[in-house]
Amino acid sequence: MNILQMSYEVPGDDFTHAGEASSATKRALKKLGISPAVVRNVAIAMYEGEINMVIHAGGGHIDLSVTPDAVTMVLTDHGPGIPDVEKAMQNGWSTASAEVRSMGFGAGMGLPNMKKYTDEMHIDTEVGRGTTITMTVYLNKA
Amino acid sequence: MPLTLRELCEQAHLEMLCGDGGRQVRCVYCCDLLSWAMSRAPEDSAWVTVMGNVNTMAVCLLADCACVVLADGARPDEQALAKAQEQGLAILASEEPIYETARRIGSLIEAAP
Repeated sequence: MNILQMSYEVPGDDFTHAGEASSATKRALKKLGISPAVVRNVAIAMYEGEINMVIHAGGGHIDLSVTPDAVTMVLTDHGPGIPDVEKAMQNGWSTASAEVRSMGFGAGMGLPNMKKYTDEMHIDTEVGRGTTITMTVYLNKA
Repeated sequence: MPLTLRELCEQAHLEMLCGDGGRQVRCVYCCDLLSWAMSRAPEDSAWVTVMGNVNTMAVCLLADCACVVLADGARPDEQALAKAQEQGLAILASEEPIYETARRIGSLIEAAP
């Protein structure tokens, strides 16, 4: 049973709007009375995902669903795909351009942060086809 | 009582470029890498950086920092200022380098009654 369902389009190569999906999600989750720690984790993971889609994939789409047990985010893009997921998951590994680095990104923390701040993360990627990342944060941790 | 941003600006000789001077600030945090700052900047912190772009504002909002403090004469670009105004974020500015700016803010916070 979904308490909340939202979806967002993330425009590519447009840093002006990057962060809007995560800010809107943060507000919506706060309104639902979800604990600040969970809200923060979801917002961090989603913002990293948004930025990745802007930098690497020419934008994408985010579906968010909230059930009484969990917040799930599905981030889908039709970008170049990730050739080596294991490498991409290493802290500090980045293929971001010098321009992106000069804005304060490209520290190679995007995917590791997404994993760190969520309870489950699944990456489905194929070079030339795109990437879908599914992340879940549980609301009632045992 | 924690310092308000207005008090902080007056006492630390910072320029308030936009935002709500009534917000309280509880600690100081320094970093220029946005992903790093987002995951580590404490809530209600004065975040000292030289990155004055629109993404800094997004991170400030998501991490719930009390303000962005642009050090070393850095200034927000047009987009960043517009975003901060739209979201009600506070931007303070300092001519001093990051360390000196943060040290000054930190001692004022510690000395606050």
